[in-house]
Amino acid sequence: MKATHPGARVLLGVLVACIAFEVMVFLYGESPREMLSLLYEGTWGSVYGVGQVLYKATPLFITALAVDFGLRAGLFNIGTEGQLSIASLAVAVAGSHLGMMPGALGIVLLFAVAVVSGALYAALPALLKVRFGAHEVISTIMMNRVADGLVGLALGAGLALPGTVQTTPLAPQLTLTKLEAWVPGLSGSSVSTAVFVAALVGVVYWVVVSRSRFGREVTFVGWNPVACAHERIPVARRTVQALLLSGAIAGLASSATVLGAKGYFEQGLGAGAGFSGLAVALIAKRNIPSMIFVALLFGTLQQGGLFINGHVPKEAMEVLFAVVIVAVALSDSPSVLALLTRRRARAGAPS
Amino acid sequence: MSILGSVLPETLRMSVPYAMAAAGGVLCERSGVVNIGLEGVLLTSSFASVACALATHSPVLGVVAGLVAGGAVGLLHGTLFARLRVNAIVSGVAINLAAAGGTRFLLRGWFGSSSNSPDIPALVALPGGPFTRTLLDPLFLLSVVSVVVLTLALSRTRFGLDVRASGEDPVAAHALGVDVVRTRVLAVTLGSVLCALGGVALSYDQHQFQSGMSGGRGFIALAAVILSRWRPALAVVLCLGFASLDALGNVLQNSTHLPPDALSMLPFVATLASLFLVKRGQLAPEGLGKHAD
Repeated sequence: MKATHPGARVLLGVLVACIAFEVMVFLYGESPREMLSLLYEGTWGSVYGVGQVLYKATPLFITALAVDFGLRAGLFNIGTEGQLSIASLAVAVAGSHLGMMPGALGIVLLFAVAVVSGALYAALPALLKVRFGAHEVISTIMMNRVADGLVGLALGAGLALPGTVQTTPLAPQLTLTKLEAWVPGLSGSSVSTAVFVAALVGVVYWVVVSRSRFGREVTFVGWNPVACAHERIPVARRTVQALLLSGAIAGLASSATVLGAKGYFEQGLGAGAGFSGLAVALIAKRNIPSMIFVALLFGTLQQGGLFINGHVPKEAMEVLFAVVIVAVALSDSPSVLALLTRRRARAGAPS
Repeated sequence: MSILGSVLPETLRMSVPYAMAAAGGVLCERSGVVNIGLEGVLLTSSFASVACALATHSPVLGVVAGLVAGGAVGLLHGTLFARLRVNAIVSGVAINLAAAGGTRFLLRGWFGSSSNSPDIPALVALPGGPFTRTLLDPLFLLSVVSVVVLTLALSRTRFGLDVRASGEDPVAAHALGVDVVRTRVLAVTLGSVLCALGGVALSYDQHQFQSGMSGGRGFIALAAVILSRWRPALAVVLCLGFASLDALGNVLQNSTHLPPDALSMLPFVATLASLFLVKRGQLAPEGLGKHAD
């Protein structure tokens, strides 16, 4: 089955999102034209809006990379949601104990915490997969639910400030600088240097998957594990590593939320980024530039959703995500027409 | 009331959504279609039944609407996978996303609330204690009957044979003249109707729709399907176990001061633990996720 050209996928995604948006708004009884202009105003229509779109898109891009790495090895890591929330909590708690640390060193240390905690939270599904043959879809979904409970428990058990659901704020030198410090128009926007962190992660990711032996082996394992085993590629080990690394990358998305936007962790911070990142990865299908564009598309829809929320509930945007996923997936499959005619031909002539 | 006296009927009551999702899941997977969209089917059918019951003031029509809506989601999933060759996980992810977002969207749009709908009328007013009320509940009885019918249909009917053939070896089934695509679409649609019965039971049990009320039951049911090695009766029994943890959690929450987060995690932790018990899914339908050509 031949995949559609990456650029065509992105264009199709944008087009379908626009059409579906207009249809939904119309069915809901609002004016499609007004809502679209409101959506534009709230996002690309102002410097602040652009900043917010970038802020929303940053964790989506990073979690999309995470999901993508799993997909390369033939794994559906649906657990990025849980891996990210556990890593966010770990980063915030570690950060609140590093108040004396100089900025640069402290931030690098916190990135390490994010990577390690994200990977650790993916360890159980990885073990279940290679040792017990349990499908990672089931186990990672369960891990997401458990993460919800664990975060609630941990915050309730004293990690949150008394009477709240948020952790102790990090010392200022440990947070990532907000871009509003340099661009006055971004005043009030949560966009931070996490954007550059995401770009760096993207570059490193590209080098690893396309220029390293390890990355190639993971991809080969995804294509054909049996052939890999014959070529003495350690299939089980690469599978485990792929899932761990996927969790590690997902953990890094906390840079945009905990370290960039808030400076602390609270219940629900970054929630949904894992699932949306999954959607981005499925649409972009192994093409890193496409992931950037699709993450921006979804960031636009999320931010725009907040803007039209007074007229049309913002939850409409999640439905749009689903519609885009299906539309782009359909573009990979043989056309409806071809399938129908082929079925007819089969029925007539025995092969 | 004793712990047993309250946990037992509670378990039976709460097992319906799990068990019906699992029964539906068995039918889908035996035909060779992975369905992680069961969670979305539960949510969609819960919402549709409540919305229809409120609009028509008829609880019976509400049940019908829930089953139809669930079947429609199944028809979509079956068509996307079997006829249009979309990856079943991708389709399932999209369905879950659309169901979660769509129900919250309509909840806010129609009922102006982000948490729950207004109350719906009860299906029937039953006399007696918790035990009799659970056992005589028409949705409970319907669930029991449909599980029995499903078991018999899978093993004793032509349709069941077609389903199993499509699931075990779609190429051979196709060669023998089974319309694999149609069988699968039908199996996924019917399986989703079964699952929808669970969703309907969920909302009639709570007398309303609550945002995200399926609460991961569809996913746990899917685990039960795998643990049961794709046998409907065993899957339902396993679901009783998961539901008992739910019921236990509810009872403990009322009688102790354990944190609710810990109790709500119970079924998920149990599911993860039980995954250690499966050995390499060797009894999975061989043709799961494969096509006839």
